[in-house]
Amino acid sequence: MPFESVNIFEQDFWEINENLEHLKKEANAESVLLIDKAGQLITSTGDVTEMDMSAFASLSAADFAATSQLASLIGENEFNTLFHQGKNLSLYVSVIAQSVILVVIFSKKTTLGLVRLRVNSISKKLNEIFAHIFEKLGAAKEERQKNFGEDFFKEADSEIDNLFT
Amino acid sequence: MSLINYASREINCKIVYYGPGLGGKTTNLKYIYSKIAPGIRGKLISLATELDRTLFFDFLPVDVGTIKGFKTRFHLYTVPGQVYYNASRKLILKGVDGIIFVADSQIERFDDNIDSMENMKLNVANIGLSTSTIPLVIQYNKRDLPNISPLDKLETVLNPQRVPYYEAVATQGVGVFDTLKACSKIVIRTLSR
Repeated sequence: MPFESVNIFEQDFWEINENLEHLKKEANAESVLLIDKAGQLITSTGDVTEMDMSAFASLSAADFAATSQLASLIGENEFNTLFHQGKNLSLYVSVIAQSVILVVIFSKKTTLGLVRLRVNSISKKLNEIFAHIFEKLGAAKEERQKNFGEDFFKEADSEIDNLFT
Repeated sequence: MSLINYASREINCKIVYYGPGLGGKTTNLKYIYSKIAPGIRGKLISLATELDRTLFFDFLPVDVGTIKGFKTRFHLYTVPGQVYYNASRKLILKGVDGIIFVADSQIERFDDNIDSMENMKLNVANIGLSTSTIPLVIQYNKRDLPNISPLDKLETVLNPQRVPYYEAVATQGVGVFDTLKACSKIVIRTLSR
């Protein structure tokens, strides 16, 4: 279900972060980001304070989407991984659970081979976590109804009115 | 669709500006960018051709603020309006929470609006959604020009569903925020679905 609303609960979130931290350390990467296919950042690890995260997430998703279309033009379903090589920093992008994009930013301190190896070994775990997240859609709906009622809407309306004037 | 993170207390929603080429979608985003305080909006990303026509999309993230403890953010996208960029439009619609259809009011663009609306309905159906359920707001742009179609004629053809609509002059900012406000409020109400 690639385009259902993504609802991340506390326990899953910390488990995801723990895995990303582990990946960053094991791959000797600079940072690791997890982005949904709509271009929204789910979480990140590493020093990303200098980076415009929203723009990065949006462009990563677009990059992946465009490349998937290229794949389909040559009869492939999609390319599971992408690699962009830079002078100082490079990107390794791969898809998790068919709906989430994992981006590893790494420097010359490590190698593409090591990054690929570590991503492969963590993918299984992340796939399981996201499979679990998507299984809980029923619970997610309940949680949404609990959190987002009339009070929330009224406060949101007032914030929107104040902002867009 | 929307991303709700209960651990970091964040909500992200995606609103897409759709419509025929040169209708004013990017102008809407540029106006919003110019009027919102830098602290609450991100960078405006434009993947455009050298002639400033949208090639892939424009993107602008806007922080609405913290609502009941949830940091709420809208991601605003435009699609390229030119007919032959349909593959790009399909990609940008993925995960959409709300659509603002920017129609060009000029008489000579009447048919282009209809084509673009039909194209949007097809593309929305392609991702398993329907314009009868997804939040949709129509903006009739360029109302300051002399050669425009009457509003009721545009409404009859483009808005049989009777969704909210606004008249606009995006170059001057007229109607830009009204349209965005209307769509944002409907999108927020879909969070409980």
